[in-house]
Amino acid sequence: MDLTCLTAHKLLELLDNKEITVEEILDALFERIERLQPKLSAFASFDKKEAISRWQKNKERIKDKRLFGIPILIKDNICVKDELTTCASRILKDFKPPYNATVIDRLEASGAILLGKANMDEFAFGSSTESSAYYITRNPWDLDRVPGGSSGGSACAVASHQTILALGSDTGGSIRQPASFCGAVGLKPTYGRVSRYGLIAFASSLDQIGPITKDVEDAAILLSVISGYDPKDSTSAQIPVPDYRKIIKEPVKGMKIGIPKEYFQEGIDKEVELSIKEAINKFKDLGAICEEISLPHTEYAVSVYYLVATAEASSNLARYDGVQYGYRAPSPSAPQPPSPLLDMYKRTRAEGFGAEAKRRILLGTFALSSGYYDAYYLRALKVRTLIKQDFDEAFERFDCILTPTSPTAAFKIGEKIEDPLTMYLSDIFTISVNLAGIPGVSIPCGFTKEKLPIGLQILGKPFDEATILKAAYNFEQATEYHLRSPSL
Amino acid sequence: MTYETIIGLEVHVQLKTESKVYCGCSTNFGSPPNTQTCPVCLGFPGSLPVLNKKAFELACKVALALNCKISQQIRFDRKNYFYPDLPKNYQISQFAKPLGYDGLLDIFKDGTTKRIRIRRVHLEEDTGRLLHESLENFSLIDFNRSGIPLLEIVTEPDLDSPEEAVTYLASLKSILQYLEVSDCNMEEGSLRCDANISVRPQGQTELGTKTEIKNLNSFKNVKLALEFENKRQLNILKSGSRVIQETRLWNPEREITDSMRTKEEAHDYRYFPEPDLLPFDFEEANLEDIRKTIPELPDARRKRFIKEYGLSEYDAGVIIQEKTLADFFERCAALYERRKILANWLIVELLGILNQNNINIRELSLKESHLVDMLKMIDENIISGKIAKELLPEIIRTGRPPQELVSQRGLLQITDTEELERIIEQVISENPKAVEDFKKGKPRATMFLVGKVMEKTKGKANPKLVNEIIEKKLKEEI
Repeated sequence: MDLTCLTAHKLLELLDNKEITVEEILDALFERIERLQPKLSAFASFDKKEAISRWQKNKERIKDKRLFGIPILIKDNICVKDELTTCASRILKDFKPPYNATVIDRLEASGAILLGKANMDEFAFGSSTESSAYYITRNPWDLDRVPGGSSGGSACAVASHQTILALGSDTGGSIRQPASFCGAVGLKPTYGRVSRYGLIAFASSLDQIGPITKDVEDAAILLSVISGYDPKDSTSAQIPVPDYRKIIKEPVKGMKIGIPKEYFQEGIDKEVELSIKEAINKFKDLGAICEEISLPHTEYAVSVYYLVATAEASSNLARYDGVQYGYRAPSPSAPQPPSPLLDMYKRTRAEGFGAEAKRRILLGTFALSSGYYDAYYLRALKVRTLIKQDFDEAFERFDCILTPTSPTAAFKIGEKIEDPLTMYLSDIFTISVNLAGIPGVSIPCGFTKEKLPIGLQILGKPFDEATILKAAYNFEQATEYHLRSPSL
Repeated sequence: MTYETIIGLEVHVQLKTESKVYCGCSTNFGSPPNTQTCPVCLGFPGSLPVLNKKAFELACKVALALNCKISQQIRFDRKNYFYPDLPKNYQISQFAKPLGYDGLLDIFKDGTTKRIRIRRVHLEEDTGRLLHESLENFSLIDFNRSGIPLLEIVTEPDLDSPEEAVTYLASLKSILQYLEVSDCNMEEGSLRCDANISVRPQGQTELGTKTEIKNLNSFKNVKLALEFENKRQLNILKSGSRVIQETRLWNPEREITDSMRTKEEAHDYRYFPEPDLLPFDFEEANLEDIRKTIPELPDARRKRFIKEYGLSEYDAGVIIQEKTLADFFERCAALYERRKILANWLIVELLGILNQNNINIRELSLKESHLVDMLKMIDENIISGKIAKELLPEIIRTGRPPQELVSQRGLLQITDTEELERIIEQVISENPKAVEDFKKGKPRATMFLVGKVMEKTKGKANPKLVNEIIEKKLKEEI
């Protein structure tokens, strides 16, 4: 039995029945990681000995066994105490946080095993994992293609069975889009559902941590572990966490599903469109009621997003200045610059940040500058409210909304990296969700002729992850896409 | 042409909370560097701020005491600028909506009241402290201060002289101490002041070009810096030139201001709403709870002291300034009827001792009953006033009751007429010239002789009695 290709809920069952051991799972996984890392570059860092010793030390802290013995890969922008956490950036090279993110504490309290850190776009700036300061992660279905991004390492590792579970973070689609490109399940929870404490901020009002898994039930289990109020994060919500694993198994008969017409216009790949249409029919077969709806402000989402997200990012990334931690440019031998401090700032940031990070810092700084603030940032906030209202109105009549996750399947490495605007447009279907703060899940719903996965996105009401997971689970049980694996 | 001066002050005051404003670290002053820090106040990646409820309540208390309106929605903004003492390179502050606005503070000077408008009161975080002294080519940073709650209180440009600026500062400090929200220690930096000053020809309606002065770390420096800057600007205008809008730094050694940065070099702080702290609505009920914690404030207390204790405006004004002294006065006044005399002793003797040692009355171990007993001993002619002045520091030093000290040291006033007559006769015989003067009708001769008697008795003689006996004796001589 190849343990690497099993889901967490299956492994939990086998462990419970003492048919397998945790050591066997770890051995199988690390053997596969060592074989596939040179090929796929999904990991930013991993160390088998360290993973095992950390797991041994953690055993006393385990409070419940919801994830006992289940390995999980952590995106490299989530702080793990005393472990490299670099955001795939040169400026945080060698940075080891002195504390755990709240999600890490929760995972370890449930008995999960931290496998290592996942590669990503630098500071989560990107949709392809090409902007990592380490290396480009590859799509396990076609090594010439990107895995999506920014959580490309997490999605690739799940799809290529190098981990059982993974955590990603999603600011504009960074969990859902790579999940869709790699044929995995990716969930962005409602803003405030999962604590952001210890998630290295990109855009604080949009960021959420979420699961990337092999199937919907695993996503439900992982979400229930990491969710819930955290006094250390003022934006986390004091709303009870339901038993997702139980609710998802309820039928979808009578569920009202909206299909927004704005998501099926020019730019969408024909094969993608066809898959989504088939998925809609599948839901009808399952007894759901599907109707076309309108989200009229959809076309502004990308513009609004690239103002709000870059503005916040420019401020969040100001702390990387070489003073306390991370990379500091060496001081020039001679002559002494007129302002050594300014010189240190400039050279540290010039050498420490990659091109996309610099581009976003510049954009955000400009958008917040005196004289431009009202025209850009303030206006963007107003349109953000309109986008949110579109969803509020739709959810008065519908339980969830179906869309494609991305207009296309995975694109070729190098295809869009020189053209930021085209790259930004690949997030066109995922961005509104972050602006509105609502939850969204991407699940496999088909393959292109070139055998590339296609993702279906299901969106729900704030804090109603249960409904979208239920829809996703019912679809998954009625189809077989999630059972296919890339041959590697 | 005559000119008028216009001043506005920005005061930063550290709020006295147990923990910092956005994390749980201690705010204790004087701990070893960087021992009171955590990922939040060090601005580590991934850390998030959580508002300290106590700091927010103290801030509201001040805003209410300064008669401010309170913003219904409380929100925070980021102020972005690069400096090594600011670990996130942004400060979490309040920009668009300060928690308090449109307030008033009445200051009292030379018997008149002037109303100073308060533009805004807002909550923010303090920075770390840079240390440049110890190493060459290096600077060190102590982040213990980083994240200590700081309240910024900004006036409208309503102050018209350096003296008035200092009066305002003293009144504000007094209120803050009454509210028990801050230590208000300018040397330790728990109270800091920046000043905006401009001058304009009398009668002109628009304001002149202002300069902002920083590094004012005492009342004295506020006054000196504003006087210097006032003169500097006047000289510029009188010579026909124009004042440049800039930030200037007070140099207390040379007693001048130096240009720090001009308007062109000013920061663009790129304020925007702090996404890590969600805006929240402030409940009217909570506001009322905070309002209830505001004690009687200095102005009300001054008026009450005049009415209730019959003090002069001046005496009442001096005593209420320091809350601890006013409290002490009230506790003494409960034991002692002659309040004007009590006030006089507090202002002349006690304040002298306090100022000399730079402490407040609470730090001085003086029991109310000891002071009052001593005053009663003067009233009952047991000791002289002169002796009492010497006795007071002894009471403070030893903590012993005055009765005990007086009998131990033989300081009892000599009221025994026979003994006094004996001493006076001796003095008269030793000073024939004074007697001659008296005969010539010079009344000062009596005072001279009284002085001699006091000298001989080391101040223990009852001066009133001595005076009577001398006059009687001298008249006998004629």
